[in-house]
Amino acid sequence: MRWINTRPGRGAQLTLLLLPFVLLIAAYSAGSVARLAENPSDKLLPNLAGFADAINRMAFLPDPRTGEYLLWSDTVASLIRLFAGLGISTVMALVLGMAIGMLPYLRALLSPFVAVISMVPPLALLPILFIIMGLGDASKIALIVIGVAPTMVRDLALKALELPREQIIKAETLGGSSWQIALRVVLPQILPRLITCLRLQLGPAWLFLIAAEAISSDSGLGYRIFLVRRYLSMDIIFPYVVWITLLAVVTNYILDRVRIAVFPWSELEKQA
Amino acid sequence: MSELIIENVWKEYGDQIVLENVSLTIASRAFVALVGPSGCGKTTFLRMLLGQERPTRGTILLDGQPIPTEPGRDRGVVFQRYSVFPHLTVLGNVLLGKEFSNARYKAKLFGAARRNAVEEARKLIGEVGLSGAEQKYPAQLSGGMQQRLALAQALIMKPKVLLLDEPFGALDPGIRAEIHTLMKRLWHETQMTVVMVTHDIREAFTLASRVVAFERRRDRPEEKQRYGATITKDISIWPPRLAGVPSKFSPDRDGPIDSLGYSRDDPALSGE
Ligand SMILES: Nc1ncnc2c1ncn2[C@@H]1O[C@H](COP(=O)(O)OP(=O)(O)O)[C@@H](O)[C@H]1O
Ligand SMILES: [Mg+2]
Repeated sequence: MRWINTRPGRGAQLTLLLLPFVLLIAAYSAGSVARLAENPSDKLLPNLAGFADAINRMAFLPDPRTGEYLLWSDTVASLIRLFAGLGISTVMALVLGMAIGMLPYLRALLSPFVAVISMVPPLALLPILFIIMGLGDASKIALIVIGVAPTMVRDLALKALELPREQIIKAETLGGSSWQIALRVVLPQILPRLITCLRLQLGPAWLFLIAAEAISSDSGLGYRIFLVRRYLSMDIIFPYVVWITLLAVVTNYILDRVRIAVFPWSELEKQA
Repeated sequence: MSELIIENVWKEYGDQIVLENVSLTIASRAFVALVGPSGCGKTTFLRMLLGQERPTRGTILLDGQPIPTEPGRDRGVVFQRYSVFPHLTVLGNVLLGKEFSNARYKAKLFGAARRNAVEEARKLIGEVGLSGAEQKYPAQLSGGMQQRLALAQALIMKPKVLLLDEPFGALDPGIRAEIHTLMKRLWHETQMTVVMVTHDIREAFTLASRVVAFERRRDRPEEKQRYGATITKDISIWPPRLAGVPSKFSPDRDGPIDSLGYSRDDPALSGE
């Protein structure tokens, strides 16, 4: 049988799914054991006990200085910034993207502008943001918005433009006004795309958030990682990285489930 | 009344002349089939009737008035594809026209208004043989069902003129015969004027009261740009057919065709 036609069964699928993760952990453990055997106080590759201790300290014991449970307060601080940035970007993408996609005048006005803005490297703007908006949350949220909104606007405008012309004409023959067509024909069809787009922007959004927190902050997951770096606290950095990854993976998964639950037809279309 | 008068219409795209000097008077309640080779401008002609394109020269009158320059509710349309909205159920698709006309800002009906509209929509859905499929999405329907849905969706607006662009071109012969019967019945019941583009000659003669052929008089490659297509044949079917008037002479010929085997616009064979 051709390779392209051989498929794994259920058990094999699960095994294959887990394999890379298991291999990664095994490789790390081997490295950790080897280094700790040489030097028990090595900080670079802590062992499981080291991690457990660090996680316990960060997540379940109050910080002696502030009395806060650091992992949770960092998570809350970061997520607020992240979702504020993504929320603002989403609203902008929806309003601007639809307008650009549907209205030729606005397209002529904004489409090239957004294309140029989306080429500006956001991190290069960070100093400007810090100067103008200060070192607080506003500048970090602004960085996320600048980083992800232009791409989302373009993506949604494209999606709105991609709707078959026939559909829009059909809606016009049913007596729909521009507003009605936007509301009942275009909006519902680009919302699933908006969710997918949001999922794809989770990565960049975290990147900008952590960069901003690393440079100037007093809380947040990115801030903590860069703070403890000074003490080579790999036992804290690794769990934080895993935690951030986990948050991103779960958000990604939930968003996809929401799309399927709210827009069942979008899944049908994919299969059709 | 819904008489269409097309007078000396030319259509050019840049240097290319697509249609030249087309004049045609389509009587109210007529069923005109437009036939002609691929690329000769049938769709372009239909687009002008729809208001999606403007003639370069000449005039088109509907009931003595110049045709509006954008699509509207007096002219319904069914395309070969993309005629129904993938994000709406069968019922939602048929309701949409009602919701556009009766809810200016929300474009959605509630309460008693919705119940009345739903009742009307269900009746039409039954007429086209889709009872029981009200809650299905288009992706769950066969091609023939989708086109019947597109018909119901257009008919709820009670358009003066129904424009069809190869609406049944992608359907299997058996299904096409079925939908021809339906089309004929709907034409008699609604008594609207129908203009249908097809490149199935048999379909044209089965359904229409008049068959109009578009063709380029000069079709050598070097002449293609300079000469457009025009009407080369205009055949009125005898005995005459008119919406709402039963055929006196040969009811059997107006019955559905039972074509077997493939015909030239089957999807697998079509060159488009
Ligand atoms: N928007 C357009 N711009 C330029 N040329 C067009 C456009 N639409 C159609 N044409 C040209 O007009 C000709 C007729 O096209 P069309 O009306 O689609 O043919 P048919 O429906 O008879 O197959 C084709 O040669 C096509 O290339
Ligand atoms: Mg065509």
